[in-house]
Formats: sequence, C-alpha cells, structure tokens
Amino acid sequence: MATEYALRMGDGMRISLTKEKILEELEAGSADAADLGEIPTLSGNKIEKLAEILMMPGKAVSVEQGMEVPVTHDIGTLRIDGDQGNSGVGIPTSRLAGCMLHERAFGADTMELGHIDYSFKPVKPVVANETQAMEVCQQNMIIPLFYGAMPNMGLYYTPDGPFENPGDLMKAFKIQEARESMEHAAEHLTRDTVWVMQRLMASGADGVNFDTTAAAGDADMFGTLHAVETLRKEFPKMYIEVGMAGEIVLGMHGELEYDGKILAGIWPHQQAPLAAKAGANVFGPVCNTNTSKTSAWNLARAVTFMKAAVEASPIPCHVDMGMGVGGIPMLETPPIDAVTRASKAMVEVAGVDGI
Amino acid sequence: MPISHIMASGMTGIRAAGDLVARMQFSKNMRIKEAKEYVAKKLGVDTMDLSDEYVMRELREELDIGVITSVPTAAKGIAAKMNIEKLLEIEINSCDLFRRQIA
Repeated sequence: MATEYALRMGDGMRISLTKEKILEELEAGSADAADLGEIPTLSGNKIEKLAEILMMPGKAVSVEQGMEVPVTHDIGTLRIDGDQGNSGVGIPTSRLAGCMLHERAFGADTMELGHIDYSFKPVKPVVANETQAMEVCQQNMIIPLFYGAMPNMGLYYTPDGPFENPGDLMKAFKIQEARESMEHAAEHLTRDTVWVMQRLMASGADGVNFDTTAAAGDADMFGTLHAVETLRKEFPKMYIEVGMAGEIVLGMHGELEYDGKILAGIWPHQQAPLAAKAGANVFGPVCNTNTSKTSAWNLARAVTFMKAAVEASPIPCHVDMGMGVGGIPMLETPPIDAVTRASKAMVEVAGVDGI
Repeated sequence: MPISHIMASGMTGIRAAGDLVARMQFSKNMRIKEAKEYVAKKLGVDTMDLSDEYVMRELREELDIGVITSVPTAAKGIAAKMNIEKLLEIEINSCDLFRRQIA
C-alpha cells in the first residue's frame, strides 16, 4: 500500500494523500493560477520542493536558518481584546498593552494600532482618541508601529453612507448613475483616509497599513491609490503598506484607471507595480483559498501567484497569510501544520520579502 | 496563527533584529536581501546573525537599541528608537515628534 501523508482541505479538514496525488494536486493548482493570471506555472523543481515541504514529518516546519523574513501584523490589537467577529480572543486589555504584548511576548517584527471597527470612515469622529493612543504607544514601542484600517468603501453607500448603493442602481439598469456613485465614494474615501492619517502622522505614527484594499472593487482601489499618492507627497518618509482584499480586483465600475491601467480584473503581479507607483513601500498580495480543494492545490496556486507578484514588484512584497488566504485554510483557528507549511513555502519557493 | 508564522518564518522582532530589517524595508523600499545586508553591515555581523538571539541579545544591549526583557536603565521606547535612528541612519517619525516636544 502506498504511503499516505496528512494534509488538509481548504476548510482545514484533515485528509491523507499519496505522493503521486500530492504532485497531481500541486500541478493542477499551479496551472489554475497560471491560466487565470496568464503567468508561468511553477517549474518541476519548485513543484518537487512544495511536495517535500508538504510531506515533512513534523507537525510544525520552518524556513531554513538564514531565510527568515519580517512578519508584519494587521488588525491591530483586536486579536487580543476583540470579539470572535474579528477573530479576537476577548482578553480585556488596553491597546497599549496589546501592542507591547506583540512586541515583547510574541516577537512581532512590526505592529499596528487600529480602531475597533477597523475602517477609516468610523475613525473620523474619534480621531482625537486615536491620536492620543498612537502617541502613548509610540512612547513605549520600539518596533515599527503603523496605524491600520480598511478602506472599506462599502461604508460610503446607503444605508451606511451618503451615496446611493451601486448594487441597487445596477439592478435598475442605471449603470451610469452606479458608476458616478462609486466615483463619489472613492473621492470621499481618499479624502477621509488622508485626513485621518494626517492626524496620526502628527502624533508620531510610523505609517499606515491599508488593509483589504479593493474589497469593494476597482473604485475602492482607485480611492486607496489616490490616498497613497497624496500621503506620499505630504509625508515622504512615511511607511505605507498596501494590502489587498482578494486575488483579483473586481470590476464593479469597470472603467477606472490608474497610471493608464484599467483596475478592473487585475491580478497580484499587475497590482504590485501600481501600488509602488502610487508611493507604497510594501505591497501585500493576496490569493484566496478554495475550501473545496486540497491544501496542496491551494498552496501551489497561491505560490504561483505570489512568485509572479514578487518578480513583477519594484517594492518588497509581504504576502497576506491570514485565515483563508495565501494557502492558509479558511477557518479561524487554522491548523499549525498547514500554517507553517504555507509560511515556509512562501519564503522558500515564492521568494516573498515578508509575511 | 500569527505566532505560528513568527515561529516558522519570522525574524522575532526585538528578540533578534526583525524590527531593524523591517524598518529598512519600509523606509528605503529595500527587498529582503538588501535590507538584511544593510542591517548586518551596520551591526557588524553576518546576515545569519540577524535572527540569532544569542548574538543579537548581547549586541542590542550593548548598542542600547532595546531588548525583549525589561532591563533596568536600558533604553526603552523612544530612547531605544533614537539609538536605532543613529545606527541605521534613518529618521523615525515618533522621534521627530519627541524632539519637537522637548525643543
């Protein structure tokens, strides 16, 4: 009987596969990414290396010594004091204590401060509280401390915001009106994020992490890239990270361009140069996990996309590897065997600059 | 999960030299190889040493750039970052703010 190895499905369930089946899954996952992104598949050596990582006997694996990379953190201290909705563990702590725990207890390479809603728009009424928290944290922290939030352009549409919901408009075949609504929302998104970050920078922030960029589609990315551009002009030394929401930018508008490139439908290797052009220092590419596929399929697919992004990017790439992205299973407590294998693969095969 | 990543691939922040390498990536857009070489040169160590707690613990204490345990009289917070600024030849926003506040 052929030897079988313990792997995972994309939802985290344990499965057993033979080496032949693992190789088959890896090749299929890589081919899927190559087909969608029009990028090269992984070479035979890279596929073999991924198989070797997946078949390692230990529960946890790690990169070879000397290949370590910085691990940046999103969602601020919400993973400590937040509720289950933010994957938080509900430990009542101040945000200062949360930041210091990440620095001194967890060994984080960077950290960020974030609002409980973790979106820029709701920060506006409480920005004085955020600036005060940033100042106190910066006085006590040594590692780079960003302000992190989601552009979350959906908050600008009815019923939460001032502009008519493009989904409702499109259902009524009011395509032009829907596009105009997205353009207005993007303008407000740019204006609000710049306003919030001007105040955070005045309070000593190292910079900003735009988390889940383009979650509301191409107009969300359009607004974010313009915010990056404005902030870069005003704060030449500011640290700016642009992390994406998904592997592809959804074409909700369809005609918006940045630097002469249509934003709708672009993949990680096409997104990275635009983030760099806007003025970001680090780009966070994403590849989504398919819960119905194996971890071998998902990992090869993610590594194929990330390798192409790293090669096309003029700035460092810190791949997004939270729950359900970057080859990580889609559940709140992803198994350590799957996380560490994906982590090692991203560094050693995709060549990412950080996580 | 973040701790799994740190254990599998991370540079472990101020336990070693992860914060310094990250600062060079963010302040000068350096890719990982260049950032590690830059920091290693400034520290006078090999790039392998940047993730080695045995080397970095003593070196960080000697350079007074912040250590992970609470050492009485050792530089912490802004004080440690001001020493990091000099070491890496970069400017840190919170240190600029602090200088303006005491001017």
